[in-house]
Amino acid sequence: MRNLIAALLTGIIFGAGLALSDMVNPARVLAFLDLFGAWDPTLAFVMGGALIPSALAYAIMRRIRRPLLHTAFHIPENRVVDRQLLVGGAIFGIGWGLVGYCPGPALAGLVLGTWQTWAFAAAMMVGMWLHSVTDLSIFRGRSNALRR
Amino acid sequence: MEPLNPLVALAGGALIGTAAALLLLLSGRVAGVSGMLARATGIADSGPKQSHALAFVLGLPIGAILVSAFVRTPEVIVTSSIPLIIAGGLLVGFGTRLGNGCTSGHGVCGMARLSPRSVAATATFMGAGFLLVGVMRHVIGG
Repeated sequence: MRNLIAALLTGIIFGAGLALSDMVNPARVLAFLDLFGAWDPTLAFVMGGALIPSALAYAIMRRIRRPLLHTAFHIPENRVVDRQLLVGGAIFGIGWGLVGYCPGPALAGLVLGTWQTWAFAAAMMVGMWLHSVTDLSIFRGRSNALRR
Repeated sequence: MEPLNPLVALAGGALIGTAAALLLLLSGRVAGVSGMLARATGIADSGPKQSHALAFVLGLPIGAILVSAFVRTPEVIVTSSIPLIIAGGLLVGFGTRLGNGCTSGHGVCGMARLSPRSVAATATFMGAGFLLVGVMRHVIGG
């Protein structure tokens, strides 16, 4: 129960940060991604502001045995940069650049009065579902090539 | 579009990072939105409890509406045409699952602990975003 409340509260704080920082405005995000044009650096401040408390928390994590409300930390241990990761990142970046939405702002923005946000979020869900039903062995089979 | 005070952007970022910090230190979880969304909708079957993922995901619009009502109302300007919106959504959904994360999980959480996968993923999606917008605005559009 306490973990459920923690999840809701951290979601609310996260969404508040997305709205306060203008991450929920695709025009602002695209202006940030327009590095070769009239670059708007605002979102670099958002990233900087987010990394400070986050990095502090990961430093604290190394000094405590377990989280306050749970039995263990669940942190990904995989450190291998493989083809799936890079192809996935590139596909995501292209979609991000087409519209200016990544997953967090697309969800937070559902209540900010634009129908396009709902269309984007619906398509994003379809994309996630498509991934879950697609055979991606072509990526996995060749991933060793990048490790060498 | 009105310029945003960099201090406000910094404060908004600090809220995002604080949320990630609290979720880690309270529940031991990575605050990755794409992973949480996949878990909340049953597309992913590992991770936190489905109800917890759903609570986190529902919190996002609640936080946004609170800020919009009491602090500042963000402008939301979507300039892309509907086919681009659909294509963008499909690519973001598929790509974040294939790459195991998005701006939050890799960018805010993974970068903060210097995970090699997250650093590589963040460099890749930022680079792809810069390139795509550069081509759309200055090669095709210009």
